Amino acid sequence: MKPVKFDYYSPKTVDEALTLLEEAGFDGKIIAGGQSLVPIMNMRLSSPECLIDINQLHDLQFIEFDSDKVKIGALTRQAEVERSDIVQKHLGLLSEAVPFIGHVQTRNRGTFGGSLVHADPTAEIPLSLMALGGTLHIASKEEVREVNVEDFFITYLTTDIMPNEMLTEIHIPIEQERNGYSFYEISRRHGDFALVASACQLTIDHLDRITNVRLVLGGVEATPLLIEGANEWMKGEVLSDSLLQKVEDIVDEMVDPESDIHATAEYRRHLSKKLAVRTVKSAYERARGEANERS
Amino acid sequence: MSVHEIEVTINGKKYKEQVESRLLLSDFLRETCGLTGTHVGCEHGVCGACTIHLNGSAVRSCLIFAVQVDGQEITTVEGLGEDGQLTPLQKNFIECHGLQCGFCTPGILMSATDYLQKNPNPSVQEIKEMLSGHLCRCTGYVGIIEAIQKTVEENSNHARVER
Repeated sequence: MKPVKFDYYSPKTVDEALTLLEEAGFDGKIIAGGQSLVPIMNMRLSSPECLIDINQLHDLQFIEFDSDKVKIGALTRQAEVERSDIVQKHLGLLSEAVPFIGHVQTRNRGTFGGSLVHADPTAEIPLSLMALGGTLHIASKEEVREVNVEDFFITYLTTDIMPNEMLTEIHIPIEQERNGYSFYEISRRHGDFALVASACQLTIDHLDRITNVRLVLGGVEATPLLIEGANEWMKGEVLSDSLLQKVEDIVDEMVDPESDIHATAEYRRHLSKKLAVRTVKSAYERARGEANERS
Repeated sequence: MSVHEIEVTINGKKYKEQVESRLLLSDFLRETCGLTGTHVGCEHGVCGACTIHLNGSAVRSCLIFAVQVDGQEITTVEGLGEDGQLTPLQKNFIECHGLQCGFCTPGILMSATDYLQKNPNPSVQEIKEMLSGHLCRCTGYVGIIEAIQKTVEENSNHARVER
């Protein structure tokens, strides 16, 4: 399995990369970690005429704490996110989700931004970002525009990014109130694509009543599925069996998974309901400062 | 621009070569440099046989193009031991029957070496998770896990003596 021929460029600045992108038009493709792109090129499912390698753009490789948010450069390796004290302290959800991505050896090379722009519907980083909220900074020769994560994913492997644009950094807000998070996924083997994954980020008040909740499911739709409206019926409530039952019912109503060689639609539906309940429960317990260990 | 000249340091030695942009690093190491210790299995990042160190981190050489490593440092399995001596980890692979046919071994050695440098005292579960990035069809992994555990023990005994 060898890829077809292509032209290769290794720009040294973001500006140079954007100029190359502009010139290449639809034939150009950015390579960063290449952990998804190179396999599909090796299998000849993709054959870009021109590869623009951004691995020398070290300005895009950082994790920064900035009062009410954390900024992550698009070229930051997944392994760096996994080991980051800033992420561990302020974005626990990401710390929990990243170890599920592929394997140590692919996380050493794969990037945070690459996972977002690849937009695999089962991928851990898109799912987590959807639960955390945040903005993506997208640069072209003309401008840098900011897009909310809710508007970023369009469909399978398709995002809001135009051929002449590239993702440069991601800003993720830090929750100031009492909050908890949870991520869980089921796959056939560790490192395989998730059959279903669930991420939950929530906040509670001093009486343990839920004040805000973001529950997201992956692997059930073409893009990460934010359970919209969850806030309306969970806000002001203390977690109870009947509330968890409602989570299960609403998820059952909202998801419409497909069958494939890995799992039937019915099994994915079952997993969606159970994982949603599990992550809401575990996030809530974390927010209350209870068990940090998942049973 | 589909042919490029690259200069790369492999196991401490400099190589200056012309490469086609589509040449995979794994093929460059084996065919251009003659370093056949790096094995090629699946060529899409699943089996782990081609794992090498790029600037000190274990990565898949089948998922990187040779042209991308211009000016960088690589270690392959040939560069693990010094002066023809095996490393303690390699010796323990022999000792604990951590290999049979040997196809997966170079990749696992590279991963485990990097992993133990960054996590000197891993649990069995953590060792298993690290190994999930490698396919071995001979050993059932038991011998491999034992070899890594034995190395961890020896390293910690060693550290204690030094203190």
